[in-house]
Amino acid sequence: MAKSPSRPAAKPAPAKKAATKSAPPALPNRERPDQPEPFDASKDELLQFYRDMLLIRRFEEKAGQLYGLGLIGGFCHLYIGQEAVAIGLQSALDGDKDSVITGYRDHGHMLAYGIDPKLIMAELTGRQAGISKGKGGSMHMFSVEHKFYGGHGIVGAQVSLGTGLGFAHKYRKDGGVCMAYFGDGAANQGQVYESFNMAELWKLPIIFVIENNQYAMGTSVNRSSAEDQLYRRGESFRIPGLQVDGMDVLAVRGAAEEALKWVRAGKGPILLELKTYRYRGHSMSDPAKYRSRDEVQAVRDKSDPIEHVKKLLEKQGVKEEAMKDIDKEIRKIVSDAADFAENSPEPEAAELYTDVLVETY
Amino acid sequence: MAEVKPLDAKPAEAKAPKGMNMIEAINSALDTMLDRDPDVVILGEDVGYFGGVFRATAGLQEKHGKTRVFDSPISENGIIGVAVGMGAYGLRPVPEIQFADYIYPGLDQIVSEAARIRYRSVGQFIAPMTIRSPYGGGIFGGQTHSQSPESLFTHMSGVKTVIPSTPYDAKGLLIAAIECDDPVVFFEPKRIYNGPFDGHYDRPVQPWAKHPASDVPKDYYRIELGKANIVRVGEAVTVLAYGTMVHVALAVVEELGIDAEVIDLRSLVPLDIEAIETSVRKTGRCMIVHEATRTSGFGAELSALVQERCFYHLEAPVIRVTGFDTPYPHSLEWAYFPGPIRIKTALEKILKD
Ligand SMILES: Cc1ncc(C[n+]2csc(CCOP(=O)(O)OP(=O)(O)O)c2C)c(N)n1
Ligand SMILES: [Mg+2]
Repeated sequence: MAKSPSRPAAKPAPAKKAATKSAPPALPNRERPDQPEPFDASKDELLQFYRDMLLIRRFEEKAGQLYGLGLIGGFCHLYIGQEAVAIGLQSALDGDKDSVITGYRDHGHMLAYGIDPKLIMAELTGRQAGISKGKGGSMHMFSVEHKFYGGHGIVGAQVSLGTGLGFAHKYRKDGGVCMAYFGDGAANQGQVYESFNMAELWKLPIIFVIENNQYAMGTSVNRSSAEDQLYRRGESFRIPGLQVDGMDVLAVRGAAEEALKWVRAGKGPILLELKTYRYRGHSMSDPAKYRSRDEVQAVRDKSDPIEHVKKLLEKQGVKEEAMKDIDKEIRKIVSDAADFAENSPEPEAAELYTDVLVETY
Repeated sequence: MAEVKPLDAKPAEAKAPKGMNMIEAINSALDTMLDRDPDVVILGEDVGYFGGVFRATAGLQEKHGKTRVFDSPISENGIIGVAVGMGAYGLRPVPEIQFADYIYPGLDQIVSEAARIRYRSVGQFIAPMTIRSPYGGGIFGGQTHSQSPESLFTHMSGVKTVIPSTPYDAKGLLIAAIECDDPVVFFEPKRIYNGPFDGHYDRPVQPWAKHPASDVPKDYYRIELGKANIVRVGEAVTVLAYGTMVHVALAVVEELGIDAEVIDLRSLVPLDIEAIETSVRKTGRCMIVHEATRTSGFGAELSALVQERCFYHLEAPVIRVTGFDTPYPHSLEWAYFPGPIRIKTALEKILKD
């Protein structure tokens, strides 16, 4: 800082010296999780990652087409580009006991938890057979059977709900953990930090997952976040954070293993920041003026999560043909889902009044 | 007293070269106020660099700079709270809440601070802020992008609630709201941003350009808050509406050839009760139309007021056409929306009663 020229230079006061000292480093004696190792996948596991990520990609491409045809209306947020996150993380969970909750960009997390693509697609088209009877749409889907707790349109709300799920896992002593996903934009909602505090205070079994795809609609992380290294956002609550390459499914799975070890050992919550990227617009009508085509193309060319696994498979001797066959199989699953979603009837008007309260009225 | 300015009459002011839609009119109001008053600042999610998800603030950051038009993080409670503080120190913030459905995280700051600070500080501090927010359905937004929460705000006291129905009104009312020393919740009916909507979702959208109220002066003008607009003069029944439903109700009236008096309230608090009373005393019948859910909706308040003030002039019970008491569905949007069929049925009933 510049000194005021009008004042005579005074002898430096000892107090001033002390004040210029920087803050002490973070407590070194606090236990931290180990730096995760990339997951050592067998050929079969790699094939499974490939298949699972491709299902999300093809499903989302189809949803985009149906939207273009007017079969899906309203808001629809695609997960294309982020596939390695949901697959890498959720492949490490135990679907019988671990709960998952997320925001509105939810199709990928649902597919990763084994929910029938037909029921998801039929919800997007607003049909009775949809997982929310057509009344929820893309952003509002749930499955008790799959321990999938939604699908929430209000940015950040799911983080508090997830903390409650974590509490319930602990209370019931069922050994489950909650995985609560949210975006880089959602990471600025106040209730996220209220939840962090409670989760650590009560040592809840929850993995907070920030999917940092670098944009919240048209606002980039550094235009909205004072601390843009989002994995540090738990520090002042003593929640350890790890930053992970979210485009590499093996790195993601490795981080999931480490996080689960921490949480299942009863050490409380952990925060994962997954660096990822969405290829498509925020929703379906996105003028995309906030980033360049070149930026998107560069990520697609250099870091595509599916291409990455494809290369690993090639190295393991899997033939191009075999991968094409998988793609064909998946395209069939997806087009069946689309047919189902197109041909199912719309809900009856009487459905408007169901599930509002316990009683029908 | 109400202005009588039928929607199909030309406003008297100087003509702009071409019509504005509602977004452009709002943009023009913001631009005008940024020019006129250095204390006006605009903040909100995506309002700066991106120009707003509905483009209402497009170009304003470029023109007025980043200290006056800026992006906020996704933090509704923070956005509104910060605006209350700015206002208490003399600024005139115009925060945008991207959809009315996201105003709930900020509700505490509106109820407990913005709406109370004048009273609590016995007039020493005020909250001269205008919260702009797109609201209402008809765009297939489902549960979290379609709601009409206006009656929460009319209920709380200490806040004004304004809802325009045309580009011309949107600009004049928004300027008056910004200049007002009270907190104003300014709900923009997003279904009619680009064109007036008559409720026939299966017909092509009519652009505002064809509508006389798209004739919006480029310069400053204001429309006083609390003055209703009689958009159609008639004798048979009074129709009270605001926002999108003004156009839907008017279309039904014209289609049926009913001699109804259609009143666009424009502002719910303050309410132009004289205009309502005069009209209902004349017609003896009153129908209220809003998109919001029925129970404790603003229609309930209107109905009570009409009954209190016009009871001996009423020839039929007041009738309400409203949204159902349920969340807003993703599918069945048009079964949910209180559109032409429901309005027609109610009109026929009240005229027979
Ligand atoms: C409370 C609330 N505020 C604002 C919005 C509008 N909105 C929906 S998504 C979004 C951006 C969120 O970005 P991010 O958390 O990074 O998730 P991403 O879309 O990148 O997956 C915004 C502002 C909302 N749905 N809810
Ligand atoms: Mg994001």
